[in-house]
Parts: sequence; C-alpha cells; structure tokens
Amino acid sequence: MSRPNDGTLDRRDVVATLMRDPGDLLVITGLGAATYDVGITGDRPQNFYLWGAMGGTAMIGLGLAIAQPKKHVLVITGDGEMLMGMGALATVAAAGVTNLSIAVLDNGRYGETGSQFSHTGLTTDLAAVAAACGWANTTTARDMDEVAALAPRLRTENVFAIIRISAEEKPRFLPPRDGAYLTDRFRRSLGFTND
Amino acid sequence: MSNTPGSNPTWQESVYAALKAARITQMGYVPDAGHAHLITAAHADPDMTAVVLTTEEEGIALSAGAWLGGQRSVMLMQSSGVGNTINMLSLPLNCRMPFFTLITMRGEWGEFNPWQVPMGASTQPVLTAAGVHVRRADRADEVAEMVAASAALAFDSQIPVAVLLSQRLIGAKVFVK
Repeated sequence: MSRPNDGTLDRRDVVATLMRDPGDLLVITGLGAATYDVGITGDRPQNFYLWGAMGGTAMIGLGLAIAQPKKHVLVITGDGEMLMGMGALATVAAAGVTNLSIAVLDNGRYGETGSQFSHTGLTTDLAAVAAACGWANTTTARDMDEVAALAPRLRTENVFAIIRISAEEKPRFLPPRDGAYLTDRFRRSLGFTND
Repeated sequence: MSNTPGSNPTWQESVYAALKAARITQMGYVPDAGHAHLITAAHADPDMTAVVLTTEEEGIALSAGAWLGGQRSVMLMQSSGVGNTINMLSLPLNCRMPFFTLITMRGEWGEFNPWQVPMGASTQPVLTAAGVHVRRADRADEVAEMVAASAALAFDSQIPVAVLLSQRLIGAKVFVK
C-alpha cells in the first residue's frame, strides 16, 4: 500500500505557478520551506512571511480576510504547520469567509528538522479533514496541470488545496525576517500607518 | 438584577461599550460563562465579527491578521487557556503588533474545581514572563475604565496587554442570584 502522500511535484515550480502575476493578492506563508518558496518568487510588501508562530498561518489569514473583504487572501504553508493548527480548519470554515484559500505544500515530512514523516506521510488526509470541518471546496493536486488549474481558483474562491510535492529539499532562500518590518510594509501597502 | 440598558448598565455592558469606543471590530473567543454577555453582544452587533476558536492560540493569530488588515481585535479567554498561547505570543512581540485580551480568572476565589487552580495561580506570572503587560480588575466600578485604558495601551503603543477579570468580580456578578 502506498502512503497517503507520495508527491512528485517540484515545490519551487508549484509556488512559482501559484505566485505568477500576483496583483494585489495578500499572501501569508508558513514557517520553513513555504516561506522560502514564496520569497524566491519575488519579495513584495503583500507577502507576510512567518518564521515562527507555527500553527498560526491559517488564522492570520482569517483575521486578514475578515478585515479586507474586498481582497483575496492566500495562505501557503506546509503539512507540518497545518497539522499543528488543524483546529483552524474548523474555525475558518465556521467563520464563513469567502475570500480566503489555503494551499498546503504537502510532502509528508518535517523538512526543516531532518525530514521525519509527518502525519500526512503516515495516515492523515488533510483535504478530507478540511471537508469534514465544513470546507465546501477541497481538492488535491498531483500534477502541474492540476496546479495550473488550481492557481486562479485560489485567488477567487474559498478553496482548501493539498498539493503533493516531492520531499526533495531545495536550497534555502531567506526573505526578510524582521516581523516589525514585514508588518509595517504590509499595512502600508493597504494604506495603513501607525501614526 | 434589573437594568435598563443605557441608564444603569451592568459592568459587562460598559465593557462592551469600551470595546466599541476603542474601535474594535473583531472578537475571537473561547467561551467562558464570565464572557457570555460580550459574546452575545458581539454576535448581535453587525459591526463586530465574532469568531469562535477551537483553542486560544488561534486568537493571537486572528488578532495579528486583523491588524495586518487594518482592524482591531479583542480576544476573550479564561485563565486555563493562557497556557495554550505562550509560543504564539511571539507573533505580536516580534511583529510589534498590538494584542488585547480579556481573561476571566478561575481557581482563585471560592473555586470548586481543583483542576482550575494550577493555571489560575500561574496566569499572571506566565503572561508577564511571555512579555504581556497585565492589568487586573477586582471591582465592578473599575472594569470599564481599565478595559478602555488597556485597549489604548495595546493599540496605541502596539504591545500585548491582558486584563484579568478576577473570579471575585465574575462570581459576584454572574453566579450570585
């Protein structure tokens, strides 16, 4: 029996597809490789990179989506980060926002810590979890055609997507990690200052 | 207790008014009987988005997202939930964001459930160690002012601030008929 996750996609190709011509898309990235993957596609004020706060990415997306109902929020994170905040799948679904999508780069591994199997590499199907939590639109992408078809939906619909990437490790790319700087420029891009 | 709204408000009504005056428009909460009035009022208020959470650290992240999007959020929890939040408090601290929370205390005044006592006893020192500025309200006549001043401190100085609502206060108003 194959494991629930035996992904083959190149994570950098996947994220490059998701981030192509992002416009005013508001992007929150989970700590670790998701932050590096998004950062290498081109730094922009509307990217908020987490370097910690593991498990909080989806909930930051929710607070932002409520605050900015006319814009679309895309959370890009890894399976380990999503697993740590799995309750947020219930909270986000119950909140009923329509301008938030979550893309989980799922390699079934804790890549930052030595590539130990995560629960999605063992028994857990996060798309099924999300559906059971009340997400109406869940999907799993296994090839680049499916990723290309998914990309525009992530910017316009309320989708929870698993993207099955390979466990291959990529060179680290380190975007800014000063949280106050990231916060200030994100808010300014939306017209808010702290004055 | 009988109160005509607006003429002789309960302290809970005054607290909700203070949250509104502070221009708070999002509320994350893990329910507690002591917060019941605020939760009900928030759900009835078309200008407030109330979000029920599965665990308290979600509320820290929700507040951070609200701030990124230009809104102010308050988080309601009870003292037993504080222990769940500690690592997530690195988010507002690192990002120089406000975080504002109202915490109902358990385990300190006539508590019947011993399981509430350890976290109740450690709530204030744990929050302080994690970098949160802690205020404590013991009397009904000081709560609304403390909430208003603490919200101003959190949002104007962009720091995490907690107001502890003592179990004596909660008990005196909620459990005594």
